[in-house]
Amino acid sequence: MKRANPTRQRLAALGLLGVPLLTYPLLSLPSGELGGIPATYLYLFGVWAGLIVLAAWVAERRK
Amino acid sequence: MLSGWFIALLATAYLGLLFAVARFGDARADAGKSIISANVYALSLAVYCTSWTFYGSVGRATSGGLSFLTIYIGPTLMLLCVGVIIKMIRISKAQRITSIADFIASRYGKSQLLAGMVTVIAVIGVVPYIALQLKAMAASVDVLLEHSGGSFQVLGLDSTFLIAVVLALFSILFGTRHLDATERHEGMVAAVAFESVVKIVAFMAVGIFVTYGMFGGLGDLFQRAAASADLGRLLQLDSSRAGTWTALIILSGLAIIFLPRQFQIIVVENVDESHLKRAVWLFPLYLLLINIFVLPLALGGLLHFDGQGINPDTFVLTLPLARGAEVLALLAFIGGLSAATGMVIVETIALSTMVCNDLVMPILLRSTGNFVEKRNDLSGLLIGIRRAAIALILLLGYIYFRAAGEAYALVGIGLISFAAVAQFAPAMFGGMYWKQGTRAGAVAGLLAGFLVWLYTLLLPSFAKSGWMTSGFVENGLFGIGWLKAQALFGLAGLDEISHCLWWSMLANIGAYVAVSLNTKPDAVEASQAERFVDVFRFDSRNTEARLWRGKASPDALVQLLERFLGAARARQQLAAYAGSRGAEHWGNLPADADFVQFAESELAGAIGSASARVMVASVAQEEDLGLEEVLDILDEATQVRAHSRELEAKQRELEAATTELRDANDRLRELDRMKDDFISTVTHELRTPLTSIRALSEMLHEDPRIDLADRTRFLGIIVNEAERLTRLINQILDMAKLESGRAEWTTSEVDMGEVVRESMASLEQLFREKDVALEGDIPSGLPFVLADRDRLTQVMINLLSNAVKFVPGGTGRVQVRVAGSAGLVRIEVRDNGPGLTPEECVVIFEKFRQGGNTMTDKPQGTGLGLPISRQIVEYFGGNLWVESEPGAGANFIFTVPLPAPDDNSGRQVA
Repeated sequence: MKRANPTRQRLAALGLLGVPLLTYPLLSLPSGELGGIPATYLYLFGVWAGLIVLAAWVAERRK
Repeated sequence: MLSGWFIALLATAYLGLLFAVARFGDARADAGKSIISANVYALSLAVYCTSWTFYGSVGRATSGGLSFLTIYIGPTLMLLCVGVIIKMIRISKAQRITSIADFIASRYGKSQLLAGMVTVIAVIGVVPYIALQLKAMAASVDVLLEHSGGSFQVLGLDSTFLIAVVLALFSILFGTRHLDATERHEGMVAAVAFESVVKIVAFMAVGIFVTYGMFGGLGDLFQRAAASADLGRLLQLDSSRAGTWTALIILSGLAIIFLPRQFQIIVVENVDESHLKRAVWLFPLYLLLINIFVLPLALGGLLHFDGQGINPDTFVLTLPLARGAEVLALLAFIGGLSAATGMVIVETIALSTMVCNDLVMPILLRSTGNFVEKRNDLSGLLIGIRRAAIALILLLGYIYFRAAGEAYALVGIGLISFAAVAQFAPAMFGGMYWKQGTRAGAVAGLLAGFLVWLYTLLLPSFAKSGWMTSGFVENGLFGIGWLKAQALFGLAGLDEISHCLWWSMLANIGAYVAVSLNTKPDAVEASQAERFVDVFRFDSRNTEARLWRGKASPDALVQLLERFLGAARARQQLAAYAGSRGAEHWGNLPADADFVQFAESELAGAIGSASARVMVASVAQEEDLGLEEVLDILDEATQVRAHSRELEAKQRELEAATTELRDANDRLRELDRMKDDFISTVTHELRTPLTSIRALSEMLHEDPRIDLADRTRFLGIIVNEAERLTRLINQILDMAKLESGRAEWTTSEVDMGEVVRESMASLEQLFREKDVALEGDIPSGLPFVLADRDRLTQVMINLLSNAVKFVPGGTGRVQVRVAGSAGLVRIEVRDNGPGLTPEECVVIFEKFRQGGNTMTDKPQGTGLGLPISRQIVEYFGGNLWVESEPGAGANFIFTVPLPAPDDNSGRQVA
């Protein structure tokens, strides 16, 4: 049997990593604000952007 | 400036531009130069962002804070499961699937019942969503008109209706150009991608204008919001709603692949699987960007219009208008228009395919058989049905909008649709990964989930609109408390969406699994299950043909194709097929299983797999294979695969064995050659001294008058040659013994220093005769080695006599050094003779090979001394080698290892 595609597996792993990071209870951790912007807002967009950057890196890099 | 006519003109101009883009895309596709690149594909996925995103997110953020983000985080996470999506695409291409209804129906035995059910659920679920788009467009037009105080009516029709008509025309023009729905609508995809760009530019422009133009940036907005108790709440997540948060992520994650328009764009319109690689991050990036300013816009609106009662769903328009930025407001209007039109166009096209193939066709085929029989070309009829379906769906959306428009906030309607399409998830995922899932199970699951959705979500929303009494929501059906629609079995405390998702999924998955486990699939189901679940491994070429058996007439099949595809297209496809089978004309092809298969899949592209199966069955007498036989064939296919894998493994083993044998054979041949060489060399070596002995003996024998001096000299030579002969024979015997392992060894503790000294002493005379200096550097107190003393002496004498043979008389010098080092004793015999070339350093250890040119020089030894020495040294675990360069003398070195420490550690020569 053909071995599963490593890029697909890496992306799926990123997805699985995103689930706990972007749901409760971890989501209730950030509190207060940074530079006038609520920490929750920064956390959500930060993690989201991080996932996108990692996904882009995994998907687009040359083997 | 913003008169009704101007707005109408602008909207028309925009739609005209869209039309041009679509036309361009189609023209390029027809010319074979597709403009659908990975980027265009990724952008077209953003059809997910409807006017619900454009206007509704802001509205939702004014009440729920950051929770609107769940609708976009879910798709981000779902899209990362690329494997699932690629499997869907692969299956759809293999089975020529044109819609999600077709996908589910095809998996569960090409069931018309399932196809119909999915279509009905999709239409009921999605019509409110289309209504939502119309509502958003109407609302945006109203805002602009209200601002300018104008109004706009043509022939007494309201603007929303006109918009719906224009959208219907657009969808009809681009969605139903070709009959075959698997043929992609590249123009439409291009237009949708273009719209995605427009809407994100418009939204971000408004976001930046409000955040940095009307307020002092993000920080300022958040600070001012935090100062107010009401708004400060929006900045924090409410962890008591953790369940809702997760439920919405799941729901939106399912919606991104199961909404009919998303399935259409992601799966049906996919040109190249590799485009997904771009989409997997570019689309989430799009979602992230379009959401950055949602909360700031919501806060800005709430701060700016504090208490003015402006609908938060329209903040995107009203905020710029409030500052007099009419151009920006118009840009936002265009953005909202693109968001709505993109969704409506793709959704209606996807739904119309489903309605035509899975609702209307089965009814037509069943009820009015003769009607279908009578018409020769049905392709026109099919296109007509699709166009009518598009118009009808938009009309339904319009009616829903008129009837329920004001009752619900935008976001509420969207989530109802999401929950409806989420009902497809168990049948879809089960169908792709679980062979045991049966049609009965899928029907039961869909039905159960749909009914729960209807009861807990859709009907209560009707009740809220005042269309029906809300008794079943407040008091439960028939007044039974635990049947309260939004607190089923007393499950209160959840919001309505999570409540519906929880119960409907429980019912859906439960029914699907339980019924599947308790029913047996029929033959078609079993084979389809195999094709879907094992799509990456299914050996279609060999198995497909065997899964159909029966009789068919080629003419009937061709006729069928011509009727449904239109004569021209049918001929084109038939010719291509005939070409692929190496026939000149399709008339020459036998109507075998392969041909039937081809006809069915062509038909499936046009009218859906379920109807295609019925149609093919009507002209071909198919033998019912029965479940057992189908399973046998599939098993056999699996076994054949297993066998072929085994065979491959065996073959590899055989190849390896063959290689080994060949190597062994080569070695044997080499040995044989060496043996021949050896014998001829030995013979030659023996003959040389024999010849000279014989010649001299004959001379002595035949000529008695030879004088005494010569006689003595001849006899001396004879004696020498005889000795040489004896030595040679002894060494050959020695060598043979060593090589065969029959040599006798007497191992004892040996002091190497003593061996070397004795050997030097015994050859002292020889050195003196030739006037060669022999020097020794032999430390005392060397450790003992375990070896055969006589044998080591033999090695030493051999090396010394070699050395003395090759050094020049008079100036010759031979040095012997003995040293003990880590675990071994090392003996060097260095001479200042002519030295050896690197090649000679190797060959001198071969039998009968000697230093110097043996062809011209008189041989100086037997050529066996070094090989024997090496054998001896190696027998004791040591090494013998030479370090030399031409002209720089030679240094023969051999080592003998010391015994392991536990044998006789520390014992030294006194």
